[in-house]
Amino acid sequence: MSHSTVPRSRAEAKTGGRTPGADAPGGSAGKAAARRAARRAGRRTGRLDLRLRFRRDRTLILMTLPAVALILVFTYIPVLGNVVAFQDYDPYLSDNGFVAMLQSPWVGFENFQRIFEDSAFWHAVQNTFVLFFLQLVLYFPIPILLALLINSVVRPRVRAVAQAIMYLPHFFSWVLVVTVFQQIFGGAGIIAQTLRQHGHKGIDLMTDPGIFKFLVTAEGVWKDAGWGIIVFLAALSSVSNDLYEAAAMDGAGRWRRMWHVTLPALRPVIALLLVLRVGDALTVGFEQLLLQRDSVGPGASEVLDTYVWWNGIRNQDFGYAAAAGLVKGVVGLGLVLTANKVAHLMGEQGVYKK
Amino acid sequence: MTAVVDKPAVGPARPPGRWAAPPRPPWEEEPSRAGIAGKGLALTLAALAILFPLWIVIVTSLQSKKTIDAAGGLVVIPKGVTFIAYQELLGGGQVQRAALVSLGVTLVGTLFSMAVSVLCAYGLSRIGSLGHRWLLMLLLATMFFGAGLIPTYLLVQALGLTDTYLALILPSAVSVFNILVLRAFFMGISPELVDSARIDGAGDWRILWKIVMPLSRAVLAVISLFYAVGYWSAWFNASIYLTDQDMMPLQNVMIQLVQKQERPVGLATQVNTGQLSPLAIQMAVMVLALLPVAVLSPFVQRHFKKGMLTGAVKG
Repeated sequence: MSHSTVPRSRAEAKTGGRTPGADAPGGSAGKAAARRAARRAGRRTGRLDLRLRFRRDRTLILMTLPAVALILVFTYIPVLGNVVAFQDYDPYLSDNGFVAMLQSPWVGFENFQRIFEDSAFWHAVQNTFVLFFLQLVLYFPIPILLALLINSVVRPRVRAVAQAIMYLPHFFSWVLVVTVFQQIFGGAGIIAQTLRQHGHKGIDLMTDPGIFKFLVTAEGVWKDAGWGIIVFLAALSSVSNDLYEAAAMDGAGRWRRMWHVTLPALRPVIALLLVLRVGDALTVGFEQLLLQRDSVGPGASEVLDTYVWWNGIRNQDFGYAAAAGLVKGVVGLGLVLTANKVAHLMGEQGVYKK
Repeated sequence: MTAVVDKPAVGPARPPGRWAAPPRPPWEEEPSRAGIAGKGLALTLAALAILFPLWIVIVTSLQSKKTIDAAGGLVVIPKGVTFIAYQELLGGGQVQRAALVSLGVTLVGTLFSMAVSVLCAYGLSRIGSLGHRWLLMLLLATMFFGAGLIPTYLLVQALGLTDTYLALILPSAVSVFNILVLRAFFMGISPELVDSARIDGAGDWRILWKIVMPLSRAVLAVISLFYAVGYWSAWFNASIYLTDQDMMPLQNVMIQLVQKQERPVGLATQVNTGQLSPLAIQMAVMVLALLPVAVLSPFVQRHFKKGMLTGAVKG
């Protein structure tokens, strides 16, 4: 091992802004002397410091490099690539995309102007918000209720089995979830099939634009509501049993204990998840909606993400689509920051600390 | 009531049987009959809502054309079991190739993602190491913005990754969230253990391999499952980066065959001669897609909470 020549403990004694003078024994006088020595040594110490620290930590830095490189290439560089939003990007200018980007004409805010004049864009915005609110009202409370239900089951085996079943759909792909729903609610699904066998007309809920947004919400609930209980269960398991006992001694029944002990314990988690959800409000299920866009039509299913996909990938209008994506990204960032601010004002922690 | 959560009942501590309830604390009132019944009903309904659709899919995939025709489509109550749909699918052709593609991408991708993520998580796990703060900021910042679909698409094209399997792996290879979960877990390992190994002359590679990773089996299992499920379930990248239909993974073939109800390519005679219902084929494709995750995830289940929580608290 190459760096065993610089034992970490010794190297550490020399780092952290200390010079060899700091090793001299003797309380505050020693510290003051060390500070003076550090000032005298000035830049030289800093450089030595850095070199030693690099020798000590170079393996650690080396280890982070593959991931950092991937993140730089596939997250940071595309952010710079958003400049095509201000271009009339033409991919056929060159075989190489980078060259094409350099040669494409700049058009300023023309793409954004076109977007804001496009009624389809505003329709996608509207669909996005309707879906967001539907999911907030119909989806969000369900994991909390399920967690309370599971938490009240005391038999460990029953709990484990119930959890295994509820977690399962989270690991299914959206393709699978959509096709499973098709077998239940689709034109050839089990409901339509049963109706027909009893002499009624069949139904096809999968292609009905009128109820499509509820269908999408239901798919989300089926897939992820069970998985969502994990964080709540963890919060519940950290509640001290003494609190319940004390409440019971004071005469609180089951429901009062839930109201006064259990729910307050969940409050920070609920607040955090609400903040995350609101911050991510513009993302309402891209893959899920894209999969069903053909069968139900863009009128009911187009949201911001699919709007970007349609204009960019399908219609090859890259500058325009990138501009729409940028609008979504900037508004989304604003939402995250605002939601955090609100959480802080409410006295909760939010995604990051103040 | 809450003290015994999530600990599977193992060991000799509970003689009355593994399904029995642990003793109730004296202050807790006995549950009412209505309460027990209501709870049981709610749990059963939730389980049925998840399992019934899967039951129909699995059962129908195992039925002969006669049974499916008699039922008028999907079968709820099975009559015998036949595996011809699976024989047909796995005997060659589009679906078999797609399943192998998915399997390969999932295995290679998961190994690659885990290697990169574990290394990065360990590299960032020592507070005060050189560049630690900067690198961490670089990672954390990505939580607040996305790369954007169009620039990513143009980049993958410009890099020449279209129509290669690298396009299915590289753009989604690292998840910052997963790295943070791993890092939080590594940081929880007792520093004395790591220091004593260092004094004995072990370098960082050896410490990671011999001490940190063996102690982190739980979180490694969880994160591997997350990555594997991600690769197995992915279809979008294949739909925009691959043009060659022969390269498509299972999910994309499932869209064509099951959702859009197209006819499978390269399947032999049995569909055509009417021995095999096309519906059984469709359901068998779905079973192929759900089987690996349905089999794997329960094994990792008891670690979920640990894996999710270390990240949620410290991330």
